[in-house]
Amino acid sequence: MGLKESLHNFKEKNKDKKWLPAFSAIHTFLYLPNETTHNGTHIKVADDLKRTMNTVIMAMVPCLIFGMFNAGYQHNIQVGEAQAAAGSFFSSEFWTMANFMIGFWKILPLVIVSYGVGLGIEFIFAIIKGHEVEEGYLVTGMLVPLIVPVDIPLWMLAVAVIFGVVIGKEVFGGTGMNILNPALTIRAFLFFAYPTWMSGDKVWVEGAVERTNEIVGGANLDAISGETILGSLAQGKEAGYEVMDMFLGFIPGSIGETSTLLILLGGLFLVFAKIGSWRIMLSSALGAIVMGLIFNQVVDSGWITESSKFYGLMSTTWWHHLLIGGFAFGTVFMATDPVTASQTNKGKWIYGFLVGFISILIRVFNPAYPEGVMLAILLMNVFAPTIDHYVVQGNVKQRMKRLKAKTA
Amino acid sequence: MGLLSKKDAALIKDPLADDNPITIQVLGICSALAITAELEAAIVMSISVLFVLGIGNVVISLMRNIIPSKIRIIVQLIVVAALVIIVDQVLKAFAYELSKTLSVFVGLIITNCIIMGRFEAFALGNGPWRSFLDGIGNSLGYGVILIIVAFFRELLGAGTLLGIKVLGDPIEKTGVYAFGYENNGFMLLAPMALIVVGIIIWVQRSRNKALIED
Repeated sequence: MGLKESLHNFKEKNKDKKWLPAFSAIHTFLYLPNETTHNGTHIKVADDLKRTMNTVIMAMVPCLIFGMFNAGYQHNIQVGEAQAAAGSFFSSEFWTMANFMIGFWKILPLVIVSYGVGLGIEFIFAIIKGHEVEEGYLVTGMLVPLIVPVDIPLWMLAVAVIFGVVIGKEVFGGTGMNILNPALTIRAFLFFAYPTWMSGDKVWVEGAVERTNEIVGGANLDAISGETILGSLAQGKEAGYEVMDMFLGFIPGSIGETSTLLILLGGLFLVFAKIGSWRIMLSSALGAIVMGLIFNQVVDSGWITESSKFYGLMSTTWWHHLLIGGFAFGTVFMATDPVTASQTNKGKWIYGFLVGFISILIRVFNPAYPEGVMLAILLMNVFAPTIDHYVVQGNVKQRMKRLKAKTA
Repeated sequence: MGLLSKKDAALIKDPLADDNPITIQVLGICSALAITAELEAAIVMSISVLFVLGIGNVVISLMRNIIPSKIRIIVQLIVVAALVIIVDQVLKAFAYELSKTLSVFVGLIITNCIIMGRFEAFALGNGPWRSFLDGIGNSLGYGVILIIVAFFRELLGAGTLLGIKVLGDPIEKTGVYAFGYENNGFMLLAPMALIVVGIIIWVQRSRNKALIED
């Protein structure tokens, strides 16, 4: 009797135990269970929800690994142990073991805490409510470490994950019923609860907060600071980075969001695996471009001068907006979340366009929230069902008209 | 309760839990969101509502047979307004700082749904003694929730209770702050009050099967 068979027998034997959902969650994650249909008129698909989730995680792995290198790279640049990797993706200054190890030991705990706490809550809820453990957290758990600053304290992440999973998802009925994207709920919670850890020039580079405390304590060291490009622009300073660096991702920012190139690759992978919606990705890029062009036009026609506090971000060339901040990451991995996005094709165009449009709007007009994409996606998550409703109603009306024309 | 008959006692006891004005009837939410960032403000607000609703209910109950039903809302408003002005003036005279914190919300007791709700639903149809008990019971039920919400919001949001730094000093890094704890700024924002009220409703409903609706 093989391992697979004995696992199945074990499951049969303990059918009425309370902890069974916890067991079968791990069981089905590793093995195809015996209860699948083998004949009859069922539609057979090879991928269940777990496979879908795994595909999204695969698309994010390059960003994660790049994030580890980048975390170390930003740190080493600041302490003067690395040279700037000039504009080339395969720069030997960037892909060093020293860079990777710093990032690895910093980011691995974030991943462990995110998965440990989040799945723990999923398991507890499944056992209390007596249903199978839902797979929804698999992707959320990987998204969360990618959208936080590298120096975030672990306990804050744990608190935010508890909040996001319980209030953002479980109270609505679990995976598939949530209104808001759970990963963004977690990030929004962190942002409003602990703003000093989520913005400013101290949190994006590993060790900056620690160094500041040492300096306050009397140590004779240089301060580490690394502002995100959006942070600098919002204060009217120069971006300070080459466009190529923005595209390749050699810039400070949340762990996974910096490399537009790798996000683009992940996005293509999702589109070809037919898991991410290309309509949403494309239309939200369009929305951002339209808003960016409007702002550029406003600057060009001289309505806004350099004395305005919006000048820095408004005069940013329109296509730079797509490269900086979390826009690319949010659009590809978070706006496309099939649960919280619009379901209808026409709805997806509207939804995506507004995500992009509002992202840039918030980015420019509210310096207190230098990254607008989080709030834009959350806002559009709320509106997604409304958009769908009107798209469906519009369709119904059109067909009624056609029917009338036919019968008349 | 030897003083009260069983029926009268229920008037006080029910609103505290199974018929709570905030968590069950979902009335008076606005003030629960606005003034629960500090425990002190919540306590003062609760006492003010206790005063207004207790006396208001008696006054309306005494007049219930002479108020023409067409203008009863206006009469009720005048009674509340008179009582609220008394509360407001007393606060301004004896607790000026606090009345500034509560600002417009003392005045807004007039529009607190609990008060008009109890006038309409109870005082217009019951005698003064029972109306008095009902007023006390409902405002206590309101106050209990307000104080629970304010307790958590002030403790987690500012690290203080009634202004006393119970968790240590965040700037000097004493108490729990020495271990890297930080105040949760989100707790001080109004959405979090709504979520805390929601959690209380959730806990209450899952403990009491009679409240579960399909």
